Amino acid sequence: MPSPEQWTHPEPGEGPAAQAAQPSREQVIAGLRNTDAGGAEVTQLLTPEGERIASPQFDRYISDIDPEALRGLYRDMVLVRRADREANAMQRQGQLGIWVPLLGQEAAQVGSGRALKPQDMAFPSYREHGVAYTRGVDFKELLGIFRCTDHSGWDFKAHGFHPYTIVIGNQVLNAAGYAMGQKFEGRVGNTDGDGNPSSTDEATIVYFGDGATSQGDVHEGFVWAAVYDAPLVFFCQNNQWAISEPTERQSRLPLYQRARGYGFPGIRVDGNDVLACLAVTRWALEECRHGNGPVLIEAFTYRMDAHTTTDDPTRYRLSDELEVWKHKDPIERVRVHLARNGHADQAWFDQIQSEADAFAADLREFCFNMPEPPPERVFANVYAEPSPVLDAQRDEYLSYLAGFVEAGER
Amino acid sequence: MAAPVQSRVDSAAPTAQKLTIGKALNMGLRAAMEADDKVVILGEDVGKLGGVFRITDGLQKDFGEQRVLDTPLAESGIIGTAVGLAVRGFRPVCEIQFEGFIFPGFDQISSQLAKLHYRTQGKIKVPVVVRVPFGGGIGAVEHHSESPESLFAHIPGLKVVSCSNPTDAYWMIQQAIACDDPVLFFEPKRLYHNGQLKSEVDTSQPAGPLFASRVVRQGTDCTLVAYGPSVKVCLDAAAAAADEGRSLEVIDLRTISPLDLGPVFESVRRTGRLVAVSEASAESSVTSEIAARVQQECFYSLEAPVLRATGFDTPYPPSKLEEHFLPDLDRVLHTVDRAMGW
Repeated sequence: MPSPEQWTHPEPGEGPAAQAAQPSREQVIAGLRNTDAGGAEVTQLLTPEGERIASPQFDRYISDIDPEALRGLYRDMVLVRRADREANAMQRQGQLGIWVPLLGQEAAQVGSGRALKPQDMAFPSYREHGVAYTRGVDFKELLGIFRCTDHSGWDFKAHGFHPYTIVIGNQVLNAAGYAMGQKFEGRVGNTDGDGNPSSTDEATIVYFGDGATSQGDVHEGFVWAAVYDAPLVFFCQNNQWAISEPTERQSRLPLYQRARGYGFPGIRVDGNDVLACLAVTRWALEECRHGNGPVLIEAFTYRMDAHTTTDDPTRYRLSDELEVWKHKDPIERVRVHLARNGHADQAWFDQIQSEADAFAADLREFCFNMPEPPPERVFANVYAEPSPVLDAQRDEYLSYLAGFVEAGER
Repeated sequence: MAAPVQSRVDSAAPTAQKLTIGKALNMGLRAAMEADDKVVILGEDVGKLGGVFRITDGLQKDFGEQRVLDTPLAESGIIGTAVGLAVRGFRPVCEIQFEGFIFPGFDQISSQLAKLHYRTQGKIKVPVVVRVPFGGGIGAVEHHSESPESLFAHIPGLKVVSCSNPTDAYWMIQQAIACDDPVLFFEPKRLYHNGQLKSEVDTSQPAGPLFASRVVRQGTDCTLVAYGPSVKVCLDAAAAAADEGRSLEVIDLRTISPLDLGPVFESVRRTGRLVAVSEASAESSVTSEIAARVQQECFYSLEAPVLRATGFDTPYPPSKLEEHFLPDLDRVLHTVDRAMGW
């Protein structure tokens, strides 16, 4: 049975014979659920066994990743995972209202996030804690959202990291508009004497999940970015499940193949391979800086935990599936590679683990002591310009509250 | 409040010209684009065609395809990319072709445009203007004659305004673009090219602040409050009433969110009666809000309950029936009679 990755669209005019070669719907779905490998066309540079695979196309994008840099990527992923697990635990203890786990998606997020340059902008969905970390956003600043003291705390401009977006797919259009702005301002397609992208050229990356690909806004984002040649990398983390709905509930085609319909390249990368995610995202960003964007990357990965802490994955997926994916752990393969090649010893791994534990402890202490916002914050920043109506509502409410204080009831 | 708008077009143009609302909007947009190169216009057919109502006529020719964008045909895309452009530092002006087509963009307006400033504690400003031709009376097919402004006035974070005369059209669009908050700009489409409203526009100075209502005809017996296309109906009704010896005061609301009801309260305290007029359906509408707040503020001054002359609580009817749906001069005067006879 051919997998969908081995099947490509016939060109117009190829005739009925080519049409007849198309797989059945069942074959397509079987390919989509081929969660073991992600299909024949998946780009992989580091196998689950920790073996480096040479890639004529992508090796040059990671030529700077020496053992020290790879140890850095490993450290990133360990810290992000440890923080994610700590936050998950804090939700279970009632310290956070909800948590959105990223377990299993560390390579997709750290690899793509580390591909960005400071001048680039990332538009996240709401699970991109690892990307936030690579953009220099303090993990603590994410916690306010989930402790429900704030909607977003970080300085988006300083970090090149837009606020989280909860409504599915909205951020894809916002990112398309931002990328159009980069192009309109002439921050794309400038080259040095050797034809390389200028150091000031910019690109935008937008994150969304497999479920979001069903949203109209994602489709419209594809259309807008394509017709305006926007320097936008669509980074779809296909973690196989949109809460309880599998990928075949979103698409008959492998998601990366959709790009062709919009007229830009689509590529499927092993989302559990940090080197492949880094290399492919660097390539895609470079395309954008050259003015050749957009590009769709489908990072083929797996959500190892629930959708959020309110979810119960045992209702909709088999534990066997999880067991298969545990063998493809994004962190473990880097650890094996480092150890096998003598780039790190046990003492170093232990040191990283202690660092991660301290990182988590710091996070926990911060969370427990996070102040609650004062009541006047309800009224603050609804508008950029002064709002006498809201000011009056605020003053009246604060005066009402003050009455309780005077009466000793508060 | 936005800084006073000074249009660069002033120096080149005569200080007073006779314009329709449509032409005044076109000139206002042109002036805003000349004053700030971050102003971009985007929408369906706004470029070569100049918009289906020709409000953006000639702008793409003069400012180029990167300032006046003929977009793909999708309203969420227009609003959603405008949000992204605003985050980048642009001041996008979206045109929605007809108000009945705004709903595919409602999600982006309510979820992102209205909330980004609040969500980021003021770190992100989204100075986007969404221009919406609205209202009936043009004999159109379904979805081309609606009045959905109350839906947007109900969303915190948005500002909603409507103009009713050429001078306001010229200045209010520039003030809306200069405003750092998102503004829904409702344009009375049936008045765009109305020759009766053609009037001299002083392009040398704004007629007043954007978010302020205004008494446009003084009177002593009853107050009429309206916005957009209904202002002309009220002015015509007041003129007709004057022939019968009745003095009606007319207030052009101009701003729907924030509502500036100060002049309305002041007027009602003098006249004792208020009739609110709008093409929109009555239930949960701008006129509902006016009635609620006037009874709260002017209870002891009222000689009659606040009455309303509005569209009915039905979908907009086939346009052969719209004369029955739209509050016209006679229905306004009939409602005034009821208020006076209380």
